[in-house]
Amino acid sequence: MRTRDVFASAFGAAAGNPLRTVLLVLAMAIGVAAVVVLTALGDGARRYVVREFTSLGSNLVIVLPGRTATGGVNPASAITSTPRDLTVEDARAVARAPAALRVAPVVVGTSEMSVGSRLRDTLVLGSTAEFIDIRRFTLAQGRFLPVEDWDRGSPVMVIGAKLRSELFGAEPPLGQFVRIGERRFRVIGVLAASGSGLGMNTDELAIVPVALAQQLFNTNNLFRVLVEARGRAAIPEAKKQATAILRERHGGEEDVTVITQDAILATFDRLLGTLTLGVAGIAAISLAVAGILVMNVMLVSVTQRRAEIGLMKALGGSGGTIRQLFLVEAALLSLAGALAGFALGHVGAWVIRALYPTLPAYPPDWAVLAALGTALVTGVLFGVMPARRAAALDPVLALARR
Amino acid sequence: MGEAGATAAPQIELQGIERVFHLGDSAVHALAGIDLAIDAGEYLSVMGPSGSGKSTLLNVLGLLDSPSGGRYRLEGRDITTLSAAEQARVRSRRIGFVFQSFHLVPRLTAAENIALPMMLAGIAAAERAPRVEKALADFGLVDRARHKPDELSGGQRQRVAIARATVMQPAMLLADEPTGNLDRATGEEVMRLLEALHEGGVTLIMVTHDQALGDRAHRRIYMEDGAIRRDSGRGAGLGR
Repeated sequence: MRTRDVFASAFGAAAGNPLRTVLLVLAMAIGVAAVVVLTALGDGARRYVVREFTSLGSNLVIVLPGRTATGGVNPASAITSTPRDLTVEDARAVARAPAALRVAPVVVGTSEMSVGSRLRDTLVLGSTAEFIDIRRFTLAQGRFLPVEDWDRGSPVMVIGAKLRSELFGAEPPLGQFVRIGERRFRVIGVLAASGSGLGMNTDELAIVPVALAQQLFNTNNLFRVLVEARGRAAIPEAKKQATAILRERHGGEEDVTVITQDAILATFDRLLGTLTLGVAGIAAISLAVAGILVMNVMLVSVTQRRAEIGLMKALGGSGGTIRQLFLVEAALLSLAGALAGFALGHVGAWVIRALYPTLPAYPPDWAVLAALGTALVTGVLFGVMPARRAAALDPVLALARR
Repeated sequence: MGEAGATAAPQIELQGIERVFHLGDSAVHALAGIDLAIDAGEYLSVMGPSGSGKSTLLNVLGLLDSPSGGRYRLEGRDITTLSAAEQARVRSRRIGFVFQSFHLVPRLTAAENIALPMMLAGIAAAERAPRVEKALADFGLVDRARHKPDELSGGQRQRVAIARATVMQPAMLLADEPTGNLDRATGEEVMRLLEALHEGGVTLIMVTHDQALGDRAHRRIYMEDGAIRRDSGRGAGLGR
């Protein structure tokens, strides 16, 4: 039998039973679509996190007070219960590390601020002039915190875009005064609107000099020390130097945690990559189910078409030809299902993107290829047994009147 | 097929053909030591009561069923030793079947049903088309070409089936109760078609219950309990 005729006949057989064909294609399509949509979600989450982390700034090394990294309980942690504070002095020392390009101490707290009679609770961040360059923020108006002695900040403030509109409305904010507690700060700059940064909405942020922020929150401890290394290659060196400097300053005890952005990123990347793989695996189960369904339907089809199979044998069709016909039919059904599922999955991913614009829910190529491949392979694999059964059918029994 | 004398090598030669079915513990001898020689161009009817083995004989002749024992030579070749694929090829090129219940593929049109054996034999679509046209014309089915079997009358269906059975120009035509599902007038029409084909040189072997139909054949075989009880004689009606 000619290849063209094999395909035409198999197609005709599939089209000859539309309900069966549609149901089967639907089952396969749902399997493939599930893989496409779920991996789009998983990979979208991964990309979202990666993008957010990258927006933190590049070549970043972050120093956190306290030893929070994993490593189990060591004897030292039992003796020294409270870690030493991470101070502005520490940050200044880290700034002298050769691998550090810029260093910015950070203090964070919430406070109530007022302009005239308007009151608002907001996140106040204390830092230094270096902060804007490390975090790659841009200014919409005015200037950032001045370069000055870290211990004596001038009473000035830089505010986020949303905070600006909430506190001042249409009025020009520069030069205006904002009151926090007993202190007045002069607004000298407004940050450009940037949307959310990971865990911190910069549009609602008020940035003041670090020394004043420490006084406001009555603390000597820093929330973070941000260190920008001199280039990507210098990140491990900067981490090592910062750790060494702080250990020396804290009496030989390593009571701070130094993490690199890359390490966090890699962890999240790995975690979410695994998650994506996991959901893809779960979705693949539905593909296997669809494959079994293909087998079941093809087996029923063999039984229903016994007379036709017997006839084809009587008319000179060999077992091989009949096997081929059924296999091609299974393959065509799987292919149709896979393509329909591919389209369905992309529509699903598109809907997710439309509903959650911040989530880049694009299915990864490997998942799409794997889904299509698995659909075809399962379809054909599960088509083999029915095809063999059809080929082995005894023509006399098949033709006999029921 | 040209003329063949009774002394020439027969087209079909069965020697001691056995066909045993096993039903549980008991063995049923559907065919018990059949010896039969049929010349090319004979018109032969096989009669006998139900269960006498006449359909089984037809299936063995048509290579649909393999004998449990004995030898079957078709046109000088020992058929029983051929592989399944080779047997399929012989069925395709040398044998045409006509069934009582027509056995048309319901989703295919009359023309497509007729083309089916050629498609299975791997004949290109371009070559199939004129042959289907000719068959449709020969059997008076031109205006029915695009109709599905359920839109055809019984007589038309059987004509499609006969057109399909002969489109590969087989040497022999095997008919199992070809008029069994038809009324008398339509049956008569189908019989005339089959007999016309026989006139054209095809060996026609027909299984029937109907004494009147059976008597039309030039050679009549009567079977009982898997054995041939009466045979009106080889070569009868040949050389007209």
